[in-house]
Amino acid sequence: MSKFKVNLKINNIPVSVDEGTTILEAARKLNFNIPTLCHHDDLCVAGNCRVCVVEQKGARLLTASCATPVSEGMEILTNSMKVRQARKHIVELLLTEHNADCTKCFKNGHCELQEISNEYRIGDHVFIDLLQEKDRVQDISSPAIVKDDSKCIRCQRCVRTCAHLQAVSALAVTHKGNKMRISTFLDKPMNDVICTNCGQCINRCPTAALTERSYIDQVFDVIYDPSKFVVVQTAPATRVAIGEEFGLEPGTRVTGKMVAALRRLGFDKVLDTDFTADLTIIEEGNELLRRLKEALVDGKDVALPMMTSCSPGWIKFQEHLYPEFLDNLSTCKSPQQMFGPLAKTYYAEKVNKNPADMIVVSIMPCTAKKFEAERPEMRGSGYKDVDFVLTTRELGMMIKQAGIDFNKLENEGYDSILGDSTGAGVIFGATGGVMEAALRSAYEIVTGREVPFSNLNIKPVRGMEGVKEAAIKIKDVKPEWKFLEGVELKVAIAHGLANAKALMDRVKEGKADFHFIEVMACPSGCIGGGGQPIPTTMEIRKKRAAGIYDEDEHMALRKSHENPEVIELYEKFLHEPLGHRSHDLLHTHYYPRKRH
Amino acid sequence: MKNKIKKVDLIFEKVDHLSILKKAFERTSDEIILDVIDSGLRGRGGAGFPTGLKWKFAKNEESDQKYVICNADEGEPGTFKDREILTNVPEKVLAGMALCGKAIGATEGYIYLRAEYNFLLGMLNEKIREFNKQMKNMNFEFSVFIRSGSGAYVCGEETALMESMEGHRGEPRNKPPFPTQHGYLAKPTSINNVETLVFALMIANLGPTMFKELGTFDSRGSKVFSISGDTPKAGIYELELGMSLEDFVHEFGDGDTKAVQVGGASGFCVARKHFKDTVIGFEGIPTGGSMMLFNSTRSMYNILKDYLEFFEEESCGQCTPCRVGCQQLLKGVEAVKKGIKPATYLNELQKLSETMKIASKCGLGQSVGNPFNSIVNNFREEIIY
Ligand SMILES: Cc1cc2nc3c(=O)[nH]c(=O)nc-3n(C[C@H](O)[C@H](O)[C@H](O)COP(=O)(O)O)c2cc1C
Ligand code: SF4
Repeated sequence: MSKFKVNLKINNIPVSVDEGTTILEAARKLNFNIPTLCHHDDLCVAGNCRVCVVEQKGARLLTASCATPVSEGMEILTNSMKVRQARKHIVELLLTEHNADCTKCFKNGHCELQEISNEYRIGDHVFIDLLQEKDRVQDISSPAIVKDDSKCIRCQRCVRTCAHLQAVSALAVTHKGNKMRISTFLDKPMNDVICTNCGQCINRCPTAALTERSYIDQVFDVIYDPSKFVVVQTAPATRVAIGEEFGLEPGTRVTGKMVAALRRLGFDKVLDTDFTADLTIIEEGNELLRRLKEALVDGKDVALPMMTSCSPGWIKFQEHLYPEFLDNLSTCKSPQQMFGPLAKTYYAEKVNKNPADMIVVSIMPCTAKKFEAERPEMRGSGYKDVDFVLTTRELGMMIKQAGIDFNKLENEGYDSILGDSTGAGVIFGATGGVMEAALRSAYEIVTGREVPFSNLNIKPVRGMEGVKEAAIKIKDVKPEWKFLEGVELKVAIAHGLANAKALMDRVKEGKADFHFIEVMACPSGCIGGGGQPIPTTMEIRKKRAAGIYDEDEHMALRKSHENPEVIELYEKFLHEPLGHRSHDLLHTHYYPRKRH
Repeated sequence: MKNKIKKVDLIFEKVDHLSILKKAFERTSDEIILDVIDSGLRGRGGAGFPTGLKWKFAKNEESDQKYVICNADEGEPGTFKDREILTNVPEKVLAGMALCGKAIGATEGYIYLRAEYNFLLGMLNEKIREFNKQMKNMNFEFSVFIRSGSGAYVCGEETALMESMEGHRGEPRNKPPFPTQHGYLAKPTSINNVETLVFALMIANLGPTMFKELGTFDSRGSKVFSISGDTPKAGIYELELGMSLEDFVHEFGDGDTKAVQVGGASGFCVARKHFKDTVIGFEGIPTGGSMMLFNSTRSMYNILKDYLEFFEEESCGQCTPCRVGCQQLLKGVEAVKKGIKPATYLNELQKLSETMKIASKCGLGQSVGNPFNSIVNNFREEIIY
């Protein structure tokens, strides 16, 4: 359908755009940049910061260009006297409310308010400072997210993220006028509310009002401590995003450089969460098959659909909002939390280290992983399984602080024992990846044949659609899987908790007959995680996903059950999937939580 | 300019509202709307948008559902006329809503009642029940419902009001789209002030001509004023529009009037020297009804400070120019008064108020400059010394 064209002039230059285009978008087409703060490509329009105002010839008032669609014959000025004065005033006003200790700020150099103040050279402003000493308290109650109201510009990007992308609404606007703030239910600490720690708000906060709780110093401390043996694991999605911290295109595959950088930082061993991603597939795949058998053969009342449990934001979401479905969650720990206890048992023994002296650090695209590592259940090894969790961004900072020229590093490989992985482990990083990896293995285990998709690429479960559904007919099974003959395996995939909620509501209403559901808390999956480089947009996430699938195609092995180190782990240590040791180390349980 | 104060009695006059409606229901929507357009009636809630046009826009929208809203939030300081109208002639308000429903094709009407007027709820609910029954008996599909506000001034702003009705925080929306396209529950909605609806009913009753003959070219008809402050005659008066402020003060002043705040806190302050050449109406200074008189015992600094404290608290807080601007204006005049900032700082603040006027998201932030500039310009010494 061809859209109507609208003709207008921007700064006296004629332009013709589709009906419904905003003035902001039209101006960008002509390469006129209009500053924005409350605007974000992923979010609905707010039009509240007002820095994007422009002048429309003949109009008494300025117009918010992000919120106003073009109209025929419109004449817009993006940099008139009036506009400049208003914009400067607005930035100055924001600064009077702002704790502008930029040089000491966690977001120094990555702050949109700083950028626009820099453009407008707001030196000493004329207006009165409004920030009071009592406003300078940070909420550090959460192990994952720090909330600092003194940095907040009230753009409500976090509020819209939490409500619309994540359907959580832990953050909301309270009070009005000079007291207006972004707060939680009854102003409770972040750790005591429904927040899932997904960190999507952090990704979209233009300033440092919401940041991750950083553990960089603690990690350097243990690296420098000669008595500690420090191993690091890297999550799948980090390798296609960390390059952005060093100016590379989103999606650039820098796995080898990242490994090299980690060694130079002083980690004793550089290992890979992809390894435990492969392991997850074996455990979770077997769990699914067991549940199906119990349902179809034994006629037991087992919880189906089974739901993935890799995403700690999703887990906490379920615990708060759908506690009646906790039995549906796979009992498998996430790959991060499978890695921890294996490192401090199996691996420690192999490398002859005392687990008490071992430190496990993870590099995650995720802030919820910081919370997950603190869960009291996560002590399967007898120690805290994962000691510190750093985001992709924090790793970027560490590399810079250590003076490592990332882009010039030669590629290096992971250390062995918990370092080998397959393409199936890598694709965990993108939405649909766990499902694809599980199908690649489960189908083959049951039928003895590879999944019937060209080059193992299960396209129907890929892509950015909010909820994806697929079905695979299982035919000509091996004798021991006879009960699955002719069964159509139905799966669904959701990413972003608002999509997860929509899917869960269907399940709850009995309107969905899936066997297996994958949910990732973050939009686009881990590549869009709350610990990934900022900014994030759909375009950026698509590039990261392309990087992930590219990495998969370049791997020698692409099926989890073929990972030689995983095979060895079962032979020498675990003995069988879902066995006794697995139960102790690799599986967990969940607790219902209140809504507030 | 008219030279005399003329009292009128359209709003509070008792009429048989049902027979007016009966007559109206026999006409087409277009005929009803045309009369309202012809009468020149403009909204009485403050913004003064031509009521007939608003109805026409709403009527022209295609939709399965449309709504009528009666704005009874009456939050403007110094305004209390809607309360009197609702108390004395509630049937006329309800009938005005039904008339609007007929005109635009809506079957539901909502009254958004200021929280402080909840004492009227019992009586209004009684009247609404009766009225809804009457509409049914007349075979006209229209029901009225009532919603209570929660005490925020900004919820009188039409789109914030709709957000509030939908159960959200009362924050004004972006416009366009306008309520007539995308209003309550995203449906075409005509939102009108209490008084506007009653005038529309009276125009349907008496025809547009009688209304047109009152007032001036730009300000047709009469208006209910809420008169307060230093006056021996505080109260509610329906007066013909277009009078001069001098005549007004002559009638209502206490002999020592130094300034009149026209249009409430968000309106303009007129000093004595300008009374003569100030017209009360859309061509001069419009008002939603509030007229506050101040005599020479009043400190204009205190009055300004009072207004700014009101806005600092009542801004919804979402947009930067208004949220922070209000605080700056207040802190700024205080600093000038205390000598912390030089008198010339007032010029910076006046520039800032211009930004607030043109860059704020809604009418609240856009109008804070009205009282600020008119008081600072007229009473600069009182602010400084
Ligand atoms: C901050 C603010 C408060 C307002 N409060 C009221 C109010 O209390 N009552 C009212 O009728 N209109 C109020 N308005 C005007 C409404 O937005 C709207 O213009 C009016 O309800 C339209 O009705 P009318 O055309 O009949 O005047 C307010 C506007 C603003 C910006
Ligand atoms: S002008 Fe004031 S009241 Fe209106 S939207 Fe902005 S902050 Fe809210």
